[in-house]
Amino acid sequence: MAGSAVSVQGVSKTFGSGADGVQALSAIDLVVDAGEFVSLLGPSGCGKSTLLRIVGDLLAPTSGSVTVNGKSPAQARLDRDYGMVFQAPTLLEWRKVARNVQLPLEVMGMDRAEQERRGREMLELVELQQFADHYPWQLSGGMQQRVAIARALAFRPGLLLMDEPFGALDEMTRERMQMELMQIWRQTGTTVVFVTHSIPEAVFLSTRVVVMSPRPGRIAGVVEVDLAQPRVFETREASQYFAKLNVVRELLRGSEAVP
Amino acid sequence: MSRLRGYLPSVLLFVLVLATWEMVVRAFNIQRFLLPAPSVIAGTLREQLGVVTAAGLYTLREAVIGLGLGTILGSLAAFAISRWTLAREGMLPFAIAVNSAPIVALAPIANQWFGLTSIWSKAAIVTVMVFFPVMINMVRGLTDVEAGKLELMRSVAATPLRTIGKVRLPNALPYLFSALKVAAALSLIGAIVSEYFGGAGGSLGYYISQQAGLTRMAAAWSGVVVAVVMGALLNLIVSWSERRLMPWHVSVRT
Repeated sequence: MAGSAVSVQGVSKTFGSGADGVQALSAIDLVVDAGEFVSLLGPSGCGKSTLLRIVGDLLAPTSGSVTVNGKSPAQARLDRDYGMVFQAPTLLEWRKVARNVQLPLEVMGMDRAEQERRGREMLELVELQQFADHYPWQLSGGMQQRVAIARALAFRPGLLLMDEPFGALDEMTRERMQMELMQIWRQTGTTVVFVTHSIPEAVFLSTRVVVMSPRPGRIAGVVEVDLAQPRVFETREASQYFAKLNVVRELLRGSEAVP
Repeated sequence: MSRLRGYLPSVLLFVLVLATWEMVVRAFNIQRFLLPAPSVIAGTLREQLGVVTAAGLYTLREAVIGLGLGTILGSLAAFAISRWTLAREGMLPFAIAVNSAPIVALAPIANQWFGLTSIWSKAAIVTVMVFFPVMINMVRGLTDVEAGKLELMRSVAATPLRTIGKVRLPNALPYLFSALKVAAALSLIGAIVSEYFGGAGGSLGYYISQQAGLTRMAAAWSGVVVAVVMGALLNLIVSWSERRLMPWHVSVRT
C-alpha cells in the first residue's frame, strides 16, 4: 500500500478555554508513510499522547486536519483501519485471554469460527497460544500487554497506534517486548505510530523519531534512523546506534533551552 | 478438604454456643417461657416440623417473589437512569435516602392495599426493600467503568449497546452480587416482619408471633430456627451463583 497512512496538518489542541485554556499542541505537521515505524518522543506534557489520541479519534483537534488512510479519523475508526494499544493492557478481566483477543472481531460481528481461528493466529504471533484459556490476572504484566497487542492486531489493521505500551514494564521485559514488536512489525508490514518517553526505545524501534517539546507541544525535529534492518540484539551494541541516541538527545536538550 | 477445614472453626463455635446456652439454662433453671434450652427447641421443632416447614416455605415464596421482582425492577431502573446523567443525578440521592428508611414500616399500608392474607402484600414490601439496594449498586456498576475500557470499545467502533453488553454489564456483576447478598437477608426480614403485622394463617411470621403471644416459646423459637436456616440457604444460593457467574472475580480466585 503506497501513500501516507497518517497525515497531520496544522493541528492544534487546547484543553479548556479562555484564560484557563492549556495549549497541548501547536501547529503540528506530520506525515507517516505506509510501512513506517514512527515514534513520538518527548518529555511528559509535550502532547505526544494527545497527538496519538487525535489520530485515533479519541480526541478532536481544536484546529487543523488529520487524515488516516485518506479518511477522517472517525471514518477510519468506523472502518477499523487501525488497532490501538494503551499504556495499561486494558484487558476485560471477565474474559479469558482468547476471548479478549477476539473482542474486536466479536464487536464487528465476525463469524464465530473465523473469530476463533483469527484469535489463535494472533496469539501465536505474540507467542501466547498456551495461555488462551487463562484469565488475564493469571498473566504477568508483559504477557498482558502482549495480549493487548494481539487484540489490536486482530482486525489485521494497516496501522497500529501505540501509546507508551511498554511504559509500565521492567527494563528486561521491555527489551524483550521491543524485539518481539520488531518481529511483528516485519512479519505483518503494519505501519506503527509509537508514543514513548524512552530515547533508547524510540531509536531502537523506529525508522523515524519525531522529537517533541512541551509548552506548547510542538515538533522540535525529526531524526531518520537508518540503522540496518532487521533490528536485532546486536543493534543496541552498534556504534551507529549510540550515534543516533546522541543526535536525539541533543535535539531534546536543544528544544528544552527554548523558554 | 481444605474448604471443609475452613468451616471447622465456625462449626466449633456454633456447637460451643449451643452447649453454653444449654448449660446456662439448666444451671440457672431459667423458665421455659423466658428462654427454652436448645434441646427443648429441637424437640418442639421435631414435633412441629410439618407445620413449621410449610409456614417457612410459604414465607420463603413471598421473599423469593419479592427478591426476584425487586432485582429485575431495580436493574431495569438502573439501566434506564445510568444512561442519562441528569436522571442519575436526580434519582440517586433520592434512592439512597429511601434506601436508608425503614421500608418495612409500610407493611400495614401494604396489607391494606394488597390484602392482609395475600401473598402480594408481603411480596410488595420485599420488592420495595430489594429494589433500592439493587438499583443503587447496579447504577454504580454500570457507570464506574474504567475509562480505558470505554476508550478501547470506542477504538474498536463498538455501538453503545455492545459496550453495555460487553463492558458495562459484566462490570456491574460484582456490584449486583454484593447487593443481592444484602437483599437476600432483607427479603426474609421484609416477609417475616410484614407477617407480624398480620399475615396468612400458614405463614412463618404469623406462626412465630402467635406462638410467642401464647408464650409457647419453644414453638416460637423453632419458627426462628427455620427462618435462620432459610436465610442461610438463600445466602448459599447467592454465593454459589456468584462463583458460577464470576469465576474471574477477585473474591472467587483460588
